[in-house]
Amino acid sequence: MARTVHHRLFWPVLSLLALVVLNAAVRPSFIRVAVRDGHLYGALVDILRQSAPLMMVALGMTLVIATRGIDLSVGAVMAVSGAVALTLIDRSADPGDVGTVIVAIAAGVGIGVVLGMWNGFLVTVLRVQPIVATLVLMLAGRGVALLVTGGFITTVVSPPLKFVASGYLLGLPFALFLSASAIAVVALVERRTALGLLTEAVGINPEASRLAGVRSRGIVFTAYVASGALAGLAGILYSSNIMAADANAAGEFIELYAILAVVLGRTSLLGGKFSIAGTVVGVLVIQTLQSTVLFLGVSSAQSPVFFAVVVAVVVLVQSPQLHSRVRRLSGRRRRAVPAPEKPARDVEVSA
Amino acid sequence: MEPTPLLELRGASVRLGDELVLDGVDFRLLPGEIHSLMGENGAGKSTLVKAITGALPLAAGVMTVDGRPCVFRNPLQAQRAGVSSVYQEIDLLPNLSVAENICLGREPRRFGMVDWPAMREHARRALDTLGVSLDVMSQLGTHSLAVQQLVAIARAVSTDLRVLVLDEPTSSLDADECAELFRVVRQLKARGAAVLFVSHFLEQVYELCDRVTVLRDGRCVGEYLTRELLRIDLVQAMVGDRRVARRLAPVLRVAGPQEPPYLSARGLVATGVHGADVDLLPGEVLGVAGLLGSGRSELARAMTGIDPVRGGVLRVRGDEASFPGPRPAIRLGVVYSSENRRTEGIISELSVAENITLALQAERGVLRRLPEARKRELAASWVEALDIRPADLDRPAGTLSGGNQQKVLLARLLALAPRVLVLDEPTRGIDVGSKVEVQNLVRELADNGVAVMFISVELDEVLRVGNRVAILQSGRVLETLAAEDLTVDSLTALVTGADGIDG
Repeated sequence: MARTVHHRLFWPVLSLLALVVLNAAVRPSFIRVAVRDGHLYGALVDILRQSAPLMMVALGMTLVIATRGIDLSVGAVMAVSGAVALTLIDRSADPGDVGTVIVAIAAGVGIGVVLGMWNGFLVTVLRVQPIVATLVLMLAGRGVALLVTGGFITTVVSPPLKFVASGYLLGLPFALFLSASAIAVVALVERRTALGLLTEAVGINPEASRLAGVRSRGIVFTAYVASGALAGLAGILYSSNIMAADANAAGEFIELYAILAVVLGRTSLLGGKFSIAGTVVGVLVIQTLQSTVLFLGVSSAQSPVFFAVVVAVVVLVQSPQLHSRVRRLSGRRRRAVPAPEKPARDVEVSA
Repeated sequence: MEPTPLLELRGASVRLGDELVLDGVDFRLLPGEIHSLMGENGAGKSTLVKAITGALPLAAGVMTVDGRPCVFRNPLQAQRAGVSSVYQEIDLLPNLSVAENICLGREPRRFGMVDWPAMREHARRALDTLGVSLDVMSQLGTHSLAVQQLVAIARAVSTDLRVLVLDEPTSSLDADECAELFRVVRQLKARGAAVLFVSHFLEQVYELCDRVTVLRDGRCVGEYLTRELLRIDLVQAMVGDRRVARRLAPVLRVAGPQEPPYLSARGLVATGVHGADVDLLPGEVLGVAGLLGSGRSELARAMTGIDPVRGGVLRVRGDEASFPGPRPAIRLGVVYSSENRRTEGIISELSVAENITLALQAERGVLRRLPEARKRELAASWVEALDIRPADLDRPAGTLSGGNQQKVLLARLLALAPRVLVLDEPTRGIDVGSKVEVQNLVRELADNGVAVMFISVELDEVLRVGNRVAILQSGRVLETLAAEDLTVDSLTALVTGADGIDG
């Protein structure tokens, strides 16, 4: 039991379960999953499907944050990627052709890679601080997207594109397969190669890593490229969902939600040790919370406040400082020798 | 009759996790004395210091200040009671002015605003009491480490100081700076404060301290008057009966056939290095001796690709080579261990096993990950070979003691099977036992054909480990002499340079 409580994902997972239970208590239909036409339907399935874009962006964000960086440009990259892909489809002879759509998707992800390389170049070669370097693209990116779409919201009619966000495969939403493969690929690449370890080393102590012969630059650069590529894919998903390229609305504030997801997953903003599983849980917490706001019928005027309050509670529940304080209080009440505060905290951090 | 102790611990125990790191220690500080705390790494010195300054709570025992029982919940409460500390790594803010640093957290205020003239005055007075003259408006970061340390002491003095704890204050200072620090410390003593001086340098302890308390394995071995305690007895008390014999074992020098140098530098120019000639021969330890500012570290860093070379030639096995970074040097078997263990060595949150295999993994590249089993096997063999304690592969390396961290770093480099090992102050800030182990290891490596460059401020160590000694002054190698022909005194004279450019 003590082991479970000390696992670093104990509190994030508990928060997620608490949210689900809360929803189910208010509306039992929340946890009902029905099969219709061989497809799974239900609120939980919807949450998984809708979380796909945030999932991709947050995965990339985790890698960047692990290197001590941050990527504020992900929302803008989504907008550019969607604009490029939909403009290609729009201008093609046959928007409904599967080949066209695949080329367009590749172009969208490709532009994400290019923008990620730009961020990586600024950070590793020109040594611009990450927050400033990616702020440039965050501000300029949407302008680029507007240029691509000629200032309009480009809409297309293309069944293969629609399939990406709304289609079903083997009874499950296709988007779910996309985000599951993104998780799997990132987790495999990080943990089956040495990339994860070296990323953590660079994030914890860049100079010591350099002296040990680690190619710090290459590793940091890779993280930004991965973030760009994943944001590009997220942009496709977003556009496919609304079948339009909206340069202003695509991925709005998603960088902040992604950072929140990473933090909820117990990866430190100071860089170093990171947890892919933690980020996945963090994304699901955020998405469930957004559904909760809809489910509970919170009015749109009040929903931001509601969201903020719940996030604050979730963050507080996870705080090690709060835990040790509560422990000290309850320890004092029991007249036991108070547990030493500092070591307890250390143990948790290292666990 | 002895005066009432200013600060006293009785039966003090401190627990870290499940481990009892301080076990029933009695300790006292008398007014107007300089007291040293000695012990090997892991003996509990830092823990005791932290307990006194409120950074760690006592699990058992009592602390009294002026005879009154006292509990400090945090360092701030300790400071309010007159107990301040200055740590090895100075925790001031380099981007603020001297005055701001001295008054930080208790800025004089007027109408809710910082009263700048009063603050400057306050800072100036604090520095005056120490007899230090310094522009209080200058930025702290522009001063040397030694001056920063004095500022940290001034900060402590500017409160109502009763007890000052100095933790390894001299490890980065040269002789003059030490003398200045000692003068300040003696002044505090004359004013009736108690100073706790934690240091690994026996000489300094004997020069400065009235009394010494020795810790071993978290217990108090004894309290002695320094003038009544022989050095050998002090070392004996610190290490117990485990390793003294080994410490005194003479270092063997095998006079093998002279091989051509593996790595050589001719007219090397880099920041702080102005035309240095160095030869590193397989099977030989080259000791490097020089004052602070003589370019010791700069030379080592330029020769190993850490810092850029601006002129001169590097040759590996006679072929010209250039190292645009650490990686190309590592590929040719030339590795460097930094003097800054914490900032340029250990990756503190990664495990011991990951730290040991880091350089090897970096050398293999991202795609060829060391399999987990192989990694652990390799790390375990180094942990055993170098006697790294505790022998726990999964422990975050930052939680080890200094000596063991140093061994982890050595293991990281040795895992690369290097041809040239450049060690920059590998024994700084580690205890006597580990020091001897590191020295013996260096000799062993040389006997196995590695070329070693060994930099140390402690000249007797340079003489004991080195086959030859290079004397550095103003970024040049003045002379390279056989270690047998030198004594500590003659080497000291050469290093300080009677006709001295450095003065």
